[in-house]
Amino acid sequence: MKSLGSIRRDFAPWNDPNAKPYIQFDNVTKKFGDFTAVNNLSLTIFEREFFALLGASGCGKSTLLRMLAGFEEPTAGRILLDGQDMRGIPPYRRPVNMMFQSYALFPHMTVENNIAFGLKQDGMPKPEIASRVAEMLKLVKLEQFAKRKPHQLSGGQRQRVALARSVAKRPKVLLLDEPLGALDKKLREETQFELMDLQQNLGLTFVVVTHDQEEAMTMADRIAIIDKGEVMQVATPAEVYEAPGSRFVAGFVGNVNMFEGKIARGEAGGASIDAGNGITIRTDNAGTAGAGTAVTFAIRPEKIKVSSKKPAEAVNAIEGEVYDIAYLGDMTVYHVRLDDGQVVRASTMNAARITEDPLSWNDRAWVSFRPDAGVVLTR
Amino acid sequence: MSSAAVTTASASPATNAGKSALARLGAAFFGRLVIIIPYVWLLFFFLIPFVIVFKISLSQTAIAIPPYTPALDFSGGISGFLAQLKQLSLDNYTWLTQDALYFNAYVTSVIIAAISTVLTLLVGYPIAYGMARAPATIRPTLLMLVILPFWTSFLIRVYAWIGILKPEGLLNQLLLATGVIHQPLIILNTYTAIFIGIVYSYLPFMVLPLYSALEKMDYSLIEAAKDLGCPPTSAFWKITFPLSLPGVIAGCLLVFIPAVGEFVIPDLLGGSQTLMIGKTLWNEFFANRDWPVSSAVAVILLLLLIVPIMLFQRAQARAQEMDR
Repeated sequence: MKSLGSIRRDFAPWNDPNAKPYIQFDNVTKKFGDFTAVNNLSLTIFEREFFALLGASGCGKSTLLRMLAGFEEPTAGRILLDGQDMRGIPPYRRPVNMMFQSYALFPHMTVENNIAFGLKQDGMPKPEIASRVAEMLKLVKLEQFAKRKPHQLSGGQRQRVALARSVAKRPKVLLLDEPLGALDKKLREETQFELMDLQQNLGLTFVVVTHDQEEAMTMADRIAIIDKGEVMQVATPAEVYEAPGSRFVAGFVGNVNMFEGKIARGEAGGASIDAGNGITIRTDNAGTAGAGTAVTFAIRPEKIKVSSKKPAEAVNAIEGEVYDIAYLGDMTVYHVRLDDGQVVRASTMNAARITEDPLSWNDRAWVSFRPDAGVVLTR
Repeated sequence: MSSAAVTTASASPATNAGKSALARLGAAFFGRLVIIIPYVWLLFFFLIPFVIVFKISLSQTAIAIPPYTPALDFSGGISGFLAQLKQLSLDNYTWLTQDALYFNAYVTSVIIAAISTVLTLLVGYPIAYGMARAPATIRPTLLMLVILPFWTSFLIRVYAWIGILKPEGLLNQLLLATGVIHQPLIILNTYTAIFIGIVYSYLPFMVLPLYSALEKMDYSLIEAAKDLGCPPTSAFWKITFPLSLPGVIAGCLLVFIPAVGEFVIPDLLGGSQTLMIGKTLWNEFFANRDWPVSSAVAVILLLLLIVPIMLFQRAQARAQEMDR
């Protein structure tokens, strides 16, 4: 069976026309004075989904989260949670909990009391609170730190307390604002998987805001790419990477090579693109673009092969000169300057320790790729 | 010191050792000096004057200049000095316990100071809270406004209150003109006037520590509390207030401690009917010219205030630990 990218879990309510959305942003606009943070944005998120809002800082993704939590009210449009309009409902009456970027742990309370805080607000009986707190401490592996104050914990431990506190109430939706932003790289990678497990085990809906595309790709079922308060694309990580909907998305997520050109000839399921300077690209993925349309052909570096001789079977092969080589251990990145001056980035996995076809700076080289390796973008 | 040793590591061993030893000595000297300066200051301007006051409090009054016996006089040699020492007695302290006036003055002062402190807190907290929540751009201006009264003499500001509070003063004129009252209120020369004076004069000392405690508080804590189901009022008492406690304690003690010994405000606004220890002390000193008794009053006042001062120190230390 063939699939786009890799499949993580069998969960795709967004493809089911009968599935009821759990969270709905309906034409939501949010203005702060003259500044429009969110511009007429619509989104749907499904129950038990791990949804990521990805964008550069200041793109409005945090504002979306804060509107969902109730700290901000939309200027226009509405937000529905489980079918209920959230307008006018204060944060302390919403069935959502948030994990703050700064963690916002109460410095004058012990770890235990921080976790119990929300439960006490609900008037839960004391023995139940105690058992829930114990359960949460076990979940985040902080049993022996129950009596510590936040300032006596490491950054990673604080992050876990914040997480335990925000899930203690079993909210319908957990909002996470840059949950791993303050952790170092190694801890971040470990925690990503822990968060995914937690979401699976508790069966909660997670909405996470992040500027880190790797984090979003790893954890989320679907990613919404936000730019200037608007949604650029909502899709699974594999779709976002392998079938970006626009030049912006292709350029924002991962590395990409782009060739500007015109469709020269439409073919069955594909097209030839005239990219100028005698370069013609044959592709299988032309979509609906007809002959004469101005398009961008986008291809990821790892889908381009670099060789010293023109590969005999290659449909697309362009000659150039090796301009830069970066050896990263697991892979090598080549920058090849084509004869028309454009620089193409190509990366090769170092699957073997010995390189059969060693290339060096200023060597003549061929870049080649399969007709199904790239995508044609019209936007 | 260690960096000095590292940077000179390439030099020959002998000069290396010499340099680092010198550097260490220099650093140690400057380190000490920085600590010594405040202690020298305290020695000359607090401890020595205090010892002198204490010594006077053990003497007797005399019609002389200065008006007590025996003065520190070394003309009689060591035996003369020892004879002087023998004349010292605790009579003045016994005297303080015999006349109920002093006990009443101490108790009234503490009660007035305590009530004024609570009133100042009630007035100061909303001000500090408003300042801390104001847009960051106007906060320096608000801070300036709080400090602004210090640009005028304290004495003049208290005098100004006489003009406001007296029976034919500004306040009564306003209230009579607007028809709120038909008889002028008698405020001047009552305890109410003292409260108004203390609250007004000491407000900045309350507002500033409160503001600094509230301003550094992360507002996301309040959002987190709300997010976890806590309504705003409840969030104030569970999060904001406990976290501002170091500021509350600092502010209260900064008001309470000087208010107990306050002299100018009760003298100018409280009239002759009100009794406070600062005024009693002034009367003993200037009206009765009884330096030994007034010195004893001062020594007891200081001992009385040591407890809150120690509490203040402890609260400061704890607040510093919280910040770490």
